[in-house]
Amino acid sequence: MPYPESLKKLIKKVEATRPARVERKKAGQEFEAVDVEDRDELLRKYHPDYRKGTRREIKVGPSKGYSISNEIVDLLEARSRIDPGLIDLSEPDYDTDLLVIGGGGAGTSTALIAQENGVEVTIATKLRHGDANTMMAEGGIQAASKGWKDSPYYHYLDVLGGGHFKNVPQLVKRLVNNGPDAIQWLESLGAMFSKESDGTLKTMHGGGTSRKRMHFAADITGAEIMRTIRDEARSREEDIEVIEFNPAVDLVLDDKGRCAGAILYNLETREYHYVRAKAVVLATGGCGRLHIQDFMTTNHYGATADGVVMAYRAGVPVSFLHTVQYHPTGVVYPEQAEGILITEKFRGAGANILNVDGEQFVYEREPRDVEAACIIRECSEDVGKGVPTPTGKVGVWLDSPMIDLLKGEGTVGREFPAKHILYERYGIDISREPMLVHPTLHYQNGGLQITESCETNVPGLFASGEVTGGVHGENRLMGNSLLDVVVFGRIAGKAAAEFVKKKGETGKPTLEHVKQYNQELDKEGVDTDRIAPMILPDYSNPEVRKRQLTTEYQGTIRG
Amino acid sequence: MTAKNTSQAPSEEMVPIFVMGERFDVPASLTIQKAMEYAGYQLIRGCGCRGGVCGACGTVYRTPGSYRLEVGLACQTVVQPGMYLTLLPFFPGNRAGYDITEMEGTGEEVAELYPEIFKCIGCNACTQSCPMDIDVMQYMARAIRGDVSGVAELSFDCIMCGLCASRCPAEEVQYNVAILCRRLHGRNLVPAADHLADAVESVEGGRFDEPLQELMDMEEKDLIKIYRDREAEPDNAEDDWVPEDRDYVVSRSERD
Ligand SMILES: Cc1cc2nc3c(=O)[nH]c(=O)nc-3n(C[C@H](O)[C@H](O)[C@H](O)COP(=O)(O)OP(=O)(O)OC[C@H]3O[C@@H](n4cnc5c(N)ncnc54)[C@H](O)[C@@H]3O)c2cc1C
Ligand code: SF4
Ligand code: SF4
Ligand code: FES
Repeated sequence: MPYPESLKKLIKKVEATRPARVERKKAGQEFEAVDVEDRDELLRKYHPDYRKGTRREIKVGPSKGYSISNEIVDLLEARSRIDPGLIDLSEPDYDTDLLVIGGGGAGTSTALIAQENGVEVTIATKLRHGDANTMMAEGGIQAASKGWKDSPYYHYLDVLGGGHFKNVPQLVKRLVNNGPDAIQWLESLGAMFSKESDGTLKTMHGGGTSRKRMHFAADITGAEIMRTIRDEARSREEDIEVIEFNPAVDLVLDDKGRCAGAILYNLETREYHYVRAKAVVLATGGCGRLHIQDFMTTNHYGATADGVVMAYRAGVPVSFLHTVQYHPTGVVYPEQAEGILITEKFRGAGANILNVDGEQFVYEREPRDVEAACIIRECSEDVGKGVPTPTGKVGVWLDSPMIDLLKGEGTVGREFPAKHILYERYGIDISREPMLVHPTLHYQNGGLQITESCETNVPGLFASGEVTGGVHGENRLMGNSLLDVVVFGRIAGKAAAEFVKKKGETGKPTLEHVKQYNQELDKEGVDTDRIAPMILPDYSNPEVRKRQLTTEYQGTIRG
Repeated sequence: MTAKNTSQAPSEEMVPIFVMGERFDVPASLTIQKAMEYAGYQLIRGCGCRGGVCGACGTVYRTPGSYRLEVGLACQTVVQPGMYLTLLPFFPGNRAGYDITEMEGTGEEVAELYPEIFKCIGCNACTQSCPMDIDVMQYMARAIRGDVSGVAELSFDCIMCGLCASRCPAEEVQYNVAILCRRLHGRNLVPAADHLADAVESVEGGRFDEPLQELMDMEEKDLIKIYRDREAEPDNAEDDWVPEDRDYVVSRSERD
């Protein structure tokens, strides 16, 4: 959709202030940054993590009393999708050595390494293999691969600085020390990283890096990694079975308290199946589609925190879930690109952030949390200077045309080809017209507690990737998440395979923990008909929903 | 407050669309994907990233007054009044089995695994149907010529949506030929990164175990000090830039 008249009128205000702003930029006069002393107060007032009434203590389970986002607590204080009494566990529908839940970057890496270590693997995934946040990562993957100027030592420091020094040290050590090996593994599988002609990997800076260690595959790094490892998994189909459109809804334990598989829900035939496994790896990714505090999101359709819900019910504690990462600039209009990430590089290249009057209100290179808080403040009722969109939302301008004025005609098209073409399809030329943006829900900083071998406290249950918490502390830096999923995905594969080989007979399978969890909900007075995990968000029109009166309606998935 | 990714736009102009023949009136600005949700569908197939990168949402449609069969991604294509559409979220495709570690990266190997490439009649239907504007016919021509790197480079943006294969009279599975070529190119036809192998070697030799242990044992306030004082590689530095403080990097003499 090209900008409608209402917005074109507002763009005139941006154009009116632009020449003076460009002159100021050229003269090196920047908008005043938020004083470091004042940051705390600003964040406390406007950053979503601190907003009053948006968090509450979990009433049940292993991390009882921990205060996190209401939307996640809602899912933890919810009943299973299944009645544990109705499930027949005597005969498994599938039998495997290792069940990997989730077919993204972490799950697929896990499967490959487990297979190499001699076990049979089944991947159960919610959508198609590779429909995952991993596919969407554009920017890059960090690793200290250039020994003359960088090392795991500096990478470690940067990761901790990003995470407010709260990260779990042992996990960070594994992340940074295994970094180069992870990249080499991907290179050996044929991932096309951007390289010089002599094979030297191209690297650049990312937010919070002290050395240029962000490796990339043009601007589709995650997709390149995902499609490469998925293809490798397909090459090993004899040992790696993939069951698509079959999300797990609960874990199964045995009578010795070890993980013994999971219950899958076939989204098409609506059957529940029991997969018996000697060990399970959870790699279900993040939670963007919970739309915490109604934020739009950059995440894929299936990012609904299912793994956290299932493991929590089975007794695994969570940490670092009290912080969630918001990216300051996601598209808020046009509708078809809503939530999509607009990289920091636009602001780095000089584009101002502006309110409805075309005025600056924030220095455009603040840290992510500060930048996001300032934009939210401008759009809030306190200030009321957001730009209203035709679809009833609010945003601010990102004045991309400044970049051509500062750096020469054609710069936007050359440096940001993907976004330039994307907007062109909607009839918007971002080298001439500004973009409408708003902070967007981006990354689940925390999750399941794991050891450096990806074990949870439930024997036989492992976890890797965005579903876990601790590696990134309270805030993840760009490029460390893709590294996380490859490094810890591989570690989980090895550790789980070893567990499988050492393990004796699986005991009698049971869903007793689900019953007990239900009883605990009753005991704590949680009276709810909420059902979790969510599986998929429901985006139907409320008018339509009112008429969808089927009584077997189950959470967000219609019966 | 910004609302979540929903599909309501009540004040807007409504247009009719026909989903597998059934009429729905939907807001004119929506994508096909959101229009279907607005109409009451809960997508299971045909929806992944919702951002044009995963290839889950291939769609075939016709518009009134045109004889042409058009294709696009449901998450990227805005509805048009009167369009007739169906999602094509799955298209059966043939994938050859191979062990990449046993291959050298020659055109002959590709041709052996996918002999049907020679049946391409050069009709260009694939290129015309590609939502990523890839010159699919051209990369198939490269495959026929045995130019593996050419296929890799031309097909780099492929999201494996399958729309090209759905229109191909020669029954090719272009995207599977393409990913094989990209992997061969990345693995065999460009040089491996020497510095990466060196870095792996120093880690495996335990070069950083002690310094890392020191950091792990440090009090937060000391750690913060080291963090603040760490040297930053300048934005405009060349790749061979070397820091002043070289205690924690591998010096040239150490490497030689
Ligand atoms: C737009 C975007 C850009 C990003 N850019 C970068 C970047 O430049 N660099 C970087 O390092 N990181 C980036 N990230 C973050 C990074 O991509 C992710 O954190 C990471 O890929 C997560 O990998 P994962 O394997 O843990 O989860 P995912 O890749 O999300 O995979 C999880 C899988 O589990 C499946 N699943 C979920 N629930 C169930 C269930 N109940 N049963 C079965 N299967 C289930 C999902 O369908 C999915 O296939 C970005 C993220 C986004 C969204
Ligand atoms: S080449 Fe084929 S599979 Fe790849 S994006 Fe284009 S149409 Fe889709
Ligand atoms: S559609 Fe098939 S036959 Fe036609 S040019 Fe493409 S690959 Fe060749
Ligand atoms: S949903 Fe991923 S490309 Fe459309």
